[in-house]
Amino acid sequence: MNKEFKISSYSHIKNQTISVNGNVLFTDDSEDFTTFIKAAYKFLDTGYSKFFKMDNLSKLAFLAADVLLKQEDLNEDENNIALIFSNKASSLDTDRKHQATIENDAEYFPSPAVFVYTLPNICLGEISIKHKLYSENSFFIFDRFNPEHLQLYANSLLRSEKSEKVLCGWVDIEENIYEAFLYLVESNGEIEHNTEEIIRLYKIL
Amino acid sequence: MSELKEELKAKIIEQLNLEDVSVAEIADDDPLFGDGLGLDSIDALELIVMLDKDYGIRLSDPKEGRKIFESV
Repeated sequence: MNKEFKISSYSHIKNQTISVNGNVLFTDDSEDFTTFIKAAYKFLDTGYSKFFKMDNLSKLAFLAADVLLKQEDLNEDENNIALIFSNKASSLDTDRKHQATIENDAEYFPSPAVFVYTLPNICLGEISIKHKLYSENSFFIFDRFNPEHLQLYANSLLRSEKSEKVLCGWVDIEENIYEAFLYLVESNGEIEHNTEEIIRLYKIL
Repeated sequence: MSELKEELKAKIIEQLNLEDVSVAEIADDDPLFGDGLGLDSIDALELIVMLDKDYGIRLSDPKEGRKIFESV
């Protein structure tokens, strides 16, 4: 019989609000994402100056993961928590910024610091570096939030014991419209790891 | 020259998103890389672009890069 797993915690960042397990941690009036996420970073006492070098997708994913992972008793040297993220817009928000720097031949000054973020999975690297995650990670592009795929992949990693825990979810941004929903799957937890529960949690905020 | 140095420090902070650093905190002889400002290889590329875009200065010999970018 296949082993069953649980959702132990989850986070949302949406509509100028950050919440963990449905409880609001931070909220701000600013409709500008950059202003909002900077205020959130400071309020949450994140203390990771490289944050300010990240693109907006990475900032969104990083903070959504950070509020969950800092609750975990992580090893200082190495952790085996897989990351399975997804979204619809890929890295389009940053791709457009890069495009703006190369579309005019007379002002052709592409920024290396912007260019390195023109892939969505770079945000997984940022999270892995901060939390010492030496584990599997994947970033999928879907038309919509796809709990079936996330559940199947997470179960596969946990049943094959490739990962001790799996952080899954959705991180999507286009300018000032953003949405992050992440949840941690492991052996212990209060919430069943099935698509009905994943959808219920996704819709909480 | 001191005005140019202050301008360069401000541009470095802005261009490299050094959120927790102020112009006054960067000494003229502080190492930009390593133990000083702790800049990385992407920052180095960003500085090269900034010098070209804002001052029309191009690095003709990459081997001299380490010396040129030693400090402000």
